[in-house]
Amino acid sequence: MSDLTLPTDKAGRQEQLSVLFTEAVPHNHALGLRLVDVGTTDATVVMPYADVLVGNPETGVVAGGAVTTLIDATCGTAVLARLGTFAAIVTLDLRIDYLRPARPGLELTAHAECYKVTRLIAFVRALVHQGDPEQPVASSQGTFMRVED
Amino acid sequence: MSPPAPPLADLVRTVRQSREYHRLTNAIPYTRFMGIGVENLAGEMLCRMRYTPHLIGNSLLPALHGGALGALLESSAIFELLLQTDTGRVPKVISSTVDFLRSGKAQDTFARAFITRQGRRVANVRVEAWQDDRTRPIASSHALFLLSEP
Repeated sequence: MSDLTLPTDKAGRQEQLSVLFTEAVPHNHALGLRLVDVGTTDATVVMPYADVLVGNPETGVVAGGAVTTLIDATCGTAVLARLGTFAAIVTLDLRIDYLRPARPGLELTAHAECYKVTRLIAFVRALVHQGDPEQPVASSQGTFMRVED
Repeated sequence: MSPPAPPLADLVRTVRQSREYHRLTNAIPYTRFMGIGVENLAGEMLCRMRYTPHLIGNSLLPALHGGALGALLESSAIFELLLQTDTGRVPKVISSTVDFLRSGKAQDTFARAFITRQGRRVANVRVEAWQDDRTRPIASSHALFLLSEP
C-alpha cells in the first residue's frame, strides 16, 4: 500500500497531480496535455490542437490515436483522484466510441469520472468535447488495475 | 468528367503498387510524429513504432504510454485498410476496444492487423502488438471503421 497520500484540498491535489501528469509522463508532455481540473473522483484534461496530431492531412482532423492518449491520461488521473494516493495503476482496457468528427483547429477537452473502485480494479467513463459538453466528440469506458509499487 | 482525385488517394494507389510505404506514412503528420512506419517483413505487412523517449508513459518503469500503443494499433488497422483494400480515403474509426496485456518496454513495437470482415460501408479489424516475442502480445484491439462512401 502506498503512503503517498494526495492532499485533501482541491488546489493542493491539482498541483501535485499536475506535476506528476507532465513531469513523470513524457508522452503527455509531448502531446501538450494539460490537467486543468481535478475533483475527488474526476479529472479534466485539455489537448491543444497541433499540426503533428493530424491523422488526415486532407481534412486536418486529429488522429484517433491522439484522442486515445488524451482519454487514457484523463481516466488514469481520475482513478488517482478517487484513490487519493499516488498509487501505481495500469490500464486494463479502454473502449472508445467516436461520436462525431473533431473539428480541426480546436482544442479537445476530456472529462473522466472514476465511478467505482474495488480493492484492485477501478472503473472509469469519459467524454471528449470541443467546448460544448452536450456535443461530445468521443465517449469512452475503461478499467484500470492497482499494481504493487 | 469526374472531379480531380484527392492527392492522398493518388498517393495510396501509387504506394499499393510501389510498396514505398514511407511515402504514405510520411504524408500523415501524426504517424510521422509517433515514428510509426509500415514494413514488409518476410512477405507480411507489419507496422513498426520506433522507440523514442517521448513515447514513455511511466518514467519509473519505464513503460510506453497506453495511448501510444493505442495509436500504433489504430494506425496499423488504417494502413491495412488503405493498402490491402481499394478504399480511396482514410477510413474513419467508429469505435475501438484496446486490451493492454503487458507493459510496453522502451524499445520498438510491432503490430499486425487482420481484416475480419469487410462490408460495403463498415470493416472490422483486429490488431495485435508485440515487442521481442510475437507469441506474447503486449496489446490487442478490435475496431470498426467506416469506409469511404461508394
